[in-house]
Amino acid sequence: MLRIGLDIGSTTVKCVVLDEDNNIIYKTYERHYSQITSKISELLKKVRKEVPNVEGALIAMSGSAGMGVANFCGIDFVQEVYATRVAAKTFIPGTDVIIELGGEDAKILFLSGGMEVRMNGSCAGGTGAFIDQMATLLNVPIEQLNALAEKHEKIYTIASRCGVFAKTDIQPLLNQGAKKTDVAASIFMAVVNQTIAGLAQGREITGNIVYLGGPLTFIPQLREYFDKALKTKGFCPDNSLYYVALGSALCAEKKIDFNDAAAKTEVYKGTGNFAFNRPLFENKAELDEFRKRHSSATVKTGDLKGFSGDVFVGIDAGSTTVKGVAAAADGTLLYSEYMSNSGNPVPIVKDFLTHIYEINPDIKIAASAVTGYGEEIIKNAFHADYGIVETIAHLTAAKKFMPDVEFIIDIGGQDIKCFKIRGGAIDNIFLNEACSSGCGSFLQTFANALGYSAEEFSKLGLLAKHPVDLGSRCTVFMNSSVKQAQKDGATIEDISSGLCLSVVKNALYKVIRVASPRELGNKIVVQGGTFLNDAVLRAFEQEMGTNVVRPQISGLMGAYGAALYACSWWDGKSKSEILNVDGLKTFKHEIRSVNCGGCSNNCRLTVNTFNDGGKFIAGNRCERPVTKKEPDESMNIYQYKLRLLREYKPIEGKRGKIGIPMGLNMFELLPFWHTFLTKLGFEVIASPFSTRKLYLHGQQTIPSDTVCFPAKLMHGHVRWLIDNGVDTIFYPCMSYNFDESLGDNHYNCPVVAYYPEVIHANVKDIDKIKFFHEFVGIHREKDFPKKICAELQKYFDGITLKDVKEASKEAYREYYSHFDKIRAYGMEIMERARKEGKRIIVIAGRPYHADPEINHGIDKLITGFDVAVISEDVISNKESKKSTDVLNQWTYHSRMYAAAEYVSRYDDMDLVQLVSFGCGVDAITTDEVRAILERNGKIYTQIKIDEITNLGAVKIRLRSLLAATEKKDR
Amino acid sequence: MAKLVYDKTGRLLFTKEMKKDYTILIPMMAKIHFNIIKNVFIHYGYKAVLLETDGPEIAQVGLKYVHNDTCYPAILVIGQLIHALQSGKYDVDKTALMITQTGGGCRASNYIHLLRKALVKAGLERVPVVSLNMSGLEKNSGFKLTLPMLRRMVAGGLYGDMIMSLDNQVKPYEINKGDSAHLIEKWTDKLTDVMANGHGFTRKEIAENLNCIAEDFSKIPVKKAPKIKVGVVGEIYVKYSSLGNNNLEQFLYEQGCEINMPGILGFAMFKVDNRLEDYKLYGGSKAKYIVVGKLMNYLKELEGMLIDAQLKYGFRSITRYEHTKALVKGIVGYGSKMGEGWLLTGEMLELAESGFPNIICTQPFGCLPNHINGKGMIRQIRRVNDKANIVAIDYDPGAPRVNQENRIKLMLAVAKENLKNEINKKSDPAPSVKKVTVKAVKRGS
Repeated sequence: MLRIGLDIGSTTVKCVVLDEDNNIIYKTYERHYSQITSKISELLKKVRKEVPNVEGALIAMSGSAGMGVANFCGIDFVQEVYATRVAAKTFIPGTDVIIELGGEDAKILFLSGGMEVRMNGSCAGGTGAFIDQMATLLNVPIEQLNALAEKHEKIYTIASRCGVFAKTDIQPLLNQGAKKTDVAASIFMAVVNQTIAGLAQGREITGNIVYLGGPLTFIPQLREYFDKALKTKGFCPDNSLYYVALGSALCAEKKIDFNDAAAKTEVYKGTGNFAFNRPLFENKAELDEFRKRHSSATVKTGDLKGFSGDVFVGIDAGSTTVKGVAAAADGTLLYSEYMSNSGNPVPIVKDFLTHIYEINPDIKIAASAVTGYGEEIIKNAFHADYGIVETIAHLTAAKKFMPDVEFIIDIGGQDIKCFKIRGGAIDNIFLNEACSSGCGSFLQTFANALGYSAEEFSKLGLLAKHPVDLGSRCTVFMNSSVKQAQKDGATIEDISSGLCLSVVKNALYKVIRVASPRELGNKIVVQGGTFLNDAVLRAFEQEMGTNVVRPQISGLMGAYGAALYACSWWDGKSKSEILNVDGLKTFKHEIRSVNCGGCSNNCRLTVNTFNDGGKFIAGNRCERPVTKKEPDESMNIYQYKLRLLREYKPIEGKRGKIGIPMGLNMFELLPFWHTFLTKLGFEVIASPFSTRKLYLHGQQTIPSDTVCFPAKLMHGHVRWLIDNGVDTIFYPCMSYNFDESLGDNHYNCPVVAYYPEVIHANVKDIDKIKFFHEFVGIHREKDFPKKICAELQKYFDGITLKDVKEASKEAYREYYSHFDKIRAYGMEIMERARKEGKRIIVIAGRPYHADPEINHGIDKLITGFDVAVISEDVISNKESKKSTDVLNQWTYHSRMYAAAEYVSRYDDMDLVQLVSFGCGVDAITTDEVRAILERNGKIYTQIKIDEITNLGAVKIRLRSLLAATEKKDR
Repeated sequence: MAKLVYDKTGRLLFTKEMKKDYTILIPMMAKIHFNIIKNVFIHYGYKAVLLETDGPEIAQVGLKYVHNDTCYPAILVIGQLIHALQSGKYDVDKTALMITQTGGGCRASNYIHLLRKALVKAGLERVPVVSLNMSGLEKNSGFKLTLPMLRRMVAGGLYGDMIMSLDNQVKPYEINKGDSAHLIEKWTDKLTDVMANGHGFTRKEIAENLNCIAEDFSKIPVKKAPKIKVGVVGEIYVKYSSLGNNNLEQFLYEQGCEINMPGILGFAMFKVDNRLEDYKLYGGSKAKYIVVGKLMNYLKELEGMLIDAQLKYGFRSITRYEHTKALVKGIVGYGSKMGEGWLLTGEMLELAESGFPNIICTQPFGCLPNHINGKGMIRQIRRVNDKANIVAIDYDPGAPRVNQENRIKLMLAVAKENLKNEINKKSDPAPSVKKVTVKAVKRGS
């Protein structure tokens, strides 16, 4: 009897028919463009027509998108990973591990030695879809991605957690001139890292490895990178696309009734049971009224051709688009271009300038300014007169439309920028975090995926009856939610309006965190390309219950603002330095990539050279490769902390070596434990400060892919110690930290407190060494010696209470004196800064954020702005316990609240909070720190840090903060 | 509206005056348990209303007023409370809210503060919030958790555990669909009556009631057939709350599984025991240690009564706390106490050992303690028991149900295969398979 297997994946439908001997007699692989049910019924009809004797065959269905349909049509459903396993057992016996990448799923199946199946969690996002997205970003077809990667010279580090993260890494790389070949290779490497880090979870991938699924079938380079990472040679079998379908065919037990199944798929409308919001417009009249109201927010326009006055050029080199305008001194818009950024903004801007010169050969460009992600490279390439931070550009433009504007929200391709304005100056800034970015461009990507242009797609939603409720989380979640809604019978119109709504909700509730319009003020200007979309605009007004102003040049506001800015700083006589016609003709741009080597960071630099000898270096974390000078570290407490910690060197002892992994709380406690253990006769080996390499060595054993990056690093540190022959490791569990009398309690967060347990349970070879991970309580100085003595005696011979008491005393003394040193030095920095008239920024984070691999050089970036840097613990002890609106129960966080109180009293101080992505505790602390600062009229700045190495977004944040405080000072 | 009184930190108090005519809204968690326990408040003169609302609006309201990165239970609990206040069903000027507060080191201790912040955002700051906790965290003149009250609540929880455990065992096999559900209703009504009148909490009454419940359930006609046995563990809210776990229990039931969901008593004992362990690990007050020890013994005694009643009527009994605790030795330390702490690991070990090797570990997305004791320990559990077939599922307002169900189905597919093999083995006694035992790594060895 024949067997039919269907695989309804997230993007494609696969079907196979097997004969009695499991030979494939029919197979097909097609994209379904989300028209799942009609595709299935079409397929069944085709099979019936083309395959002889197929009546009465056995059938089963599999695939993530097939679940609901299968139930409805009375076809048995087989879970897809399980199906893969069944197929592999039959067709490739002897397989040990299967790695399968699909449209949105990544799976690893361990077949031998204890069967285990792993699927990516809901966060890791799609892999095939991710590669698709990246190809779109690079503006190349997927096939070419492979060819590009073959020619790569180097690999950039791209965050491998999820697609959105990777995108925020890639975009700036492109803007800085990185080569597409290198980026393509880096993308594949990120996919490999993501799969291994997310799914291996401590289990080694060895033996006969089989690659399955679309991406691994079509992209040989991807297979090669897996081979490289796994140090093995995997195998991609024939029919590698069809394993899920094959498996479901093998599992088929039920006879097909073609007529019945076809009839049922045709009437299948899903449950019709999706959550939805009220419509954007009840009727056409409402829509017309709305359009009329918004058509009034215009700017005066003129003709560039033949214009003889002074012209001001503004360029906004954004993440996905480049905008250029030419304006007259009175703000009349003479010319504008809105161009898609296909990866490299330089040629686009060149074209723009060429056009201007063509239209008006006698043009008198008085001044020019650049803003946006590509600001630096464009400024260097074309000699623009001013480079300004985006926030200022947008504010300048918005004031033109509403001089007394109170709130500006700008949703661009990838960024959401919002600022509150008080007294004409920026009072508070909200920028989206790496996690939720990409919402504007998401609309576009989604429209394209469904076969529409972004414009058409958004118009569809205006009169939708039931806008789907898609939640307000990250785009990866939205992707799955959309598919779910489609299956439940939502129409394209409902989805279009639903997506627009979730863009708005994301901005309001996740980025700005408002609940009602009164928090934003009455005078709101909305702008950015995404707001050109009427559905988004309407959703915003509806959600906030207030009318807003959307300038008709909404998408050009950054560039327009830049032009106005250039005009406002113009001295009234000089000429712009920007390249003239001849300069443009001979303009040449070359890109080289090198390793810096200036310090241990070993940054990958992209060196852009221009034919006039101009040079622009990107990818650097400090100014060293540019200025060739030692960076000044005298005003940087983080560097001082690192210096102090480096002084705790191993001292040989009778008890041999003992290792301390230098991460999480151990980072700050090194002085304590180093002294304690050295006194007891151990030679204390601390693992080095983290590096990328150290991280990668440990990533295979991380069991939870959503834990914070500092915790993940611990795997690398422990690995390093084991690899360096340290066969005893000391890493105790600590529920409690020191009580610094600043809070209601003095806990560590659960991750810090118990991570030794995770290490113990997951790191390979940990059972081959002595791993001390008992619970200790350093918070009870009196009880500590007795308690820890008993624990130590379980592991080591000849430990006496007398020795432990002695060592404890020394350890506590050392700990306090270490803190005194830091505080004294911090105060000294503040004094010097005040003498020199420098601003002081307090980086408020966890002690382990001082690790350069965790903060990615943010400290140096800040000192690069000629600002002094101290940390929260320098000033926290100057405060006494204050009542907070939250339960103040974690030692590290209490310091931050105290620091925020302290900063609030000084005009020349600001606080920047570092937050690890995935830190649940910080959902609470960030709100509280913000509240303390805002209550006192301070600007709150938050920087989310993760594996991400790009500092572009961080720079914007910091520059905005500094620009805002400057304005205030003036 | 009663006069609003604040303490010196600015916290709005629940006053004696409010006790008289304010309605106290209680968010839902475990339906069977909470429906019984709420009567304790009624007996003590509070107008307590347990919220039975559900639907996607609750998460939407939560997302609007709570930091979106906060854990899912906070979003739902706060969402449910504010949703109720905004529904127009209650006089907002005569309504108070109640929420639990554990005082542990995880985010959950902060729910009450997040709730207050949310109330301010929603313009409802005049609504007082009552903290239900055993740590003496927030005091109110109008509400006091007294020892007799606590005893009654413990009894209510115990009844809930009993009914839930028996329902789990009977429902998948009942011949007349709805028998078990009917008994839940009957006993909820009966116990409501008993508890609202202040009875049902002495040892004698408890033993009697537990026996009657077990006897009643044992009379339901059942047809035993091999079914996939699934244990459900996890963060306490998403584990029990159908709102939080997308109706997981019903889903598993429809998939033809028998569920085993460890009860709330174990969690309570764990929380009490933590205080004893803290003393042992770090030192502290001996007197407190003794008092807490007495409480622990009382709970153990109740646990024994529950087990006796279950065994007497031929049911599988719940596992003793002490046994679960012993299983964890060498795998996680007893100091790991935040959230569900080591108990989570212990319950998975216990389930795998007692014939429920297929386990769903539920947690809110990004739940910190679960990084450690849930996902972090799966590898170790499999070392100890290679039959363990565990899937960790994240719950979140944005996580689509279909992805969760797909992952669960994968776990079930493997479970089904194992079940088939087992049945085949039984009918066709094959040569005995070599038993592989892997020793857990001992601490300090």
